[in-house]
Amino acid sequence: MNPAAGVNTAFRRKARQALADPALRQAMSRAGGGFAGARREAAGALPEFDTLCDAARDIKDHVLSHLDLYLETYERQTVENGGQVHWASTAEEACAIISRICQRADARLVVKGKSMVSEEIGLNEVLEKNGIQVAETDLGEYIIQLAGETPSHIIAPAIHKTRDQITELFYQHHRELGYGERVTRRDAIVDEARSVLRSVFSRADVGITGANFLVAETGANVIVTNEGNGDLTSCLPRVQIITAGIEKVIPSLDDLSVLLRVLGRSATGQEMSAYTTLYSGPRREADEEGPEEYHVVLVDNGRSAMLAGDYRSMLRCIRCGACLNHCPVYSAVGGHPYGWVYPGPMGSVLTPLVKGFDTSFDLPNACTLNGRCSAVCPVRIPLSDLLRQHRVEQYRKRLYPLAGRVALSAWSWLARRPRLYQGVMALPVWVMHRLGRQHGGLKRLLAIPGWTSSRDMPAPESRTFLSQWQTRREQDQ
Amino acid sequence: MPTDRPSRSRVGFFATCLVDIMRPRVGFASVELLEQAGCVVDVPRNQSCCGQPAYNNGDEANSVAIARQVIQAFENFDYVVLPSGSCAAMIIDHYPRLFRNELGWLARSRDLSARTWELTRFLVEVMGLDSVDVRYEGLCAYHDSCSGLRELCIRKQPRKLLSSVKDLTIVELQDRDVCCGFGGTFSIKYPEISERMVSNKVADLERSDADTLTGGDLGCLLNIAGRLSRQGKVVKVLHIAEILAGMGENPGIGEAGP
Repeated sequence: MNPAAGVNTAFRRKARQALADPALRQAMSRAGGGFAGARREAAGALPEFDTLCDAARDIKDHVLSHLDLYLETYERQTVENGGQVHWASTAEEACAIISRICQRADARLVVKGKSMVSEEIGLNEVLEKNGIQVAETDLGEYIIQLAGETPSHIIAPAIHKTRDQITELFYQHHRELGYGERVTRRDAIVDEARSVLRSVFSRADVGITGANFLVAETGANVIVTNEGNGDLTSCLPRVQIITAGIEKVIPSLDDLSVLLRVLGRSATGQEMSAYTTLYSGPRREADEEGPEEYHVVLVDNGRSAMLAGDYRSMLRCIRCGACLNHCPVYSAVGGHPYGWVYPGPMGSVLTPLVKGFDTSFDLPNACTLNGRCSAVCPVRIPLSDLLRQHRVEQYRKRLYPLAGRVALSAWSWLARRPRLYQGVMALPVWVMHRLGRQHGGLKRLLAIPGWTSSRDMPAPESRTFLSQWQTRREQDQ
Repeated sequence: MPTDRPSRSRVGFFATCLVDIMRPRVGFASVELLEQAGCVVDVPRNQSCCGQPAYNNGDEANSVAIARQVIQAFENFDYVVLPSGSCAAMIIDHYPRLFRNELGWLARSRDLSARTWELTRFLVEVMGLDSVDVRYEGLCAYHDSCSGLRELCIRKQPRKLLSSVKDLTIVELQDRDVCCGFGGTFSIKYPEISERMVSNKVADLERSDADTLTGGDLGCLLNIAGRLSRQGKVVKVLHIAEILAGMGENPGIGEAGP
């Protein structure tokens, strides 16, 4: 059996742990229903929502067909605005570029707005190795930084934490800063984080954010947040760095307005996020504030390889998180079992593409293909189809466990020979009927222990439909 | 309603492997409903499984082989009807994809796709049925199975027919568009996750106060009935064809027989 396909993979182990964790269950039960309900209301309140989603898909498809053109236009505009554009083909290259910028600026403290790309490339670790302190300023990111964890959701990184856990975490870490009491109310928790972070912002040398969109027409970098931390991160420090995947570029401000209208509604059910900010470069002479240096690091990290293949539509993703919020598997196990920065359906498509199947065999398989993710994706990514496509590749590469391959082949071989199939099925049907008829079901089935570990197997009638049908037909004649 | 439907449509009934093996009553109930609606029904002996187990596990070669067999078996019918949204969607949506590179078979798979229907949608949209003359006393929740709901837009049709059943009251589950955790082989490969999902569904069902659960896909119903029975909970589970054909008095799925 392939080791990646065994029963004790990291995904399975962590999923089992997660399912047994009552605090996680409490935290996740809020998440699933809340976001999904808010999205349903917001989408329902906008009659043209579906049309906008089609338009959003078309914009992203158009960009992907002309990616080189729009990236070059974006670069030209940004340089014209006084910024610098850096191209990184791998995660390591991106980290090296950012480290160099920080070192040249003599940076000792870096503040970060939420950036999934920086998580993707493992930036914090590299900066800290280079002696640079990194402070996350998004509340969720800040919480998991204190906890020493990784994000479990792409827009709500600390969604797996309960309020009690956050209270305790703040108490442990903020005590030495002079905050002696446990804060329990939601607004008090936010106030305390804000007050701690203010002093960090004022001392920071470099601010790093992600980008929701890069507008080629104007060279604008667009960030949406609900906390305003993106603005402070961008404007206060001397040096501003933006990390973005190359697929983030869009042609124009008109396109931006379409995408913003589907993003907020799909993510949190908001018409617009609280803050939507466009940055176009460093401080100009007449500006009272703003950074002296403005850098954009465009990261490929496997993206251009996806352009040519079956998974191209995945590059349409605008990281709204709707597929996570609507995934029953994600809400059962949370984000951490997925093993990388992108969890849930979009992560289960992306992770194998970037990291390979060795560590992510389970991701495309741990899904019922129920299609709720594809149905809510605002850029119409056929996530279920892409997950199934991964399975096809795994099967072709013989990564699928041998026992499963044998069982599937045997079933298929029989299914193609219906008369034989009907003869063969008579025996197990009769045996299951005899064993289960008294109670209506079987408590244990050796052939599929996974089923009977948590469910009874309803007992069949004594004979199959086709054989009963045949008998009736013969009697009728 | 379409007015040009042939007066006696020839329907090939595809029972699906789960109905064939686990719940033959659903097959007889379906045939009865089709005949009452005016169809001439035949059950070709050359049938077994639609190929989903292979297809959803990435085994394309076997899926293609099974699809060819099904296409041939059901070539000579005006319509092909299945008492399952997921098996119908397999034929309607997915068979043509399997033959994207084989023009001859692509045409044949598209032809079958255009003639294939899920039972309740067929009764309502093709045969123009809007009520049935049967009685079933109960508070009945309808479980929307994912493939039928999202791939075939089956939502109103079964409810329309159920609402015509005397003494039956439909109650809606709160998370009615959420998967029950069956997912075919998923339920066997990831039993712990599947268990949580089906437990959520059972909890939702309990909150609804329904005394009966019905649906159009036997896989989901076996899953939920199996969980209910393991937890010792008493909710009667029936395929929708059984209720509509007036066979609701039979023991529910997972209940001991007479």
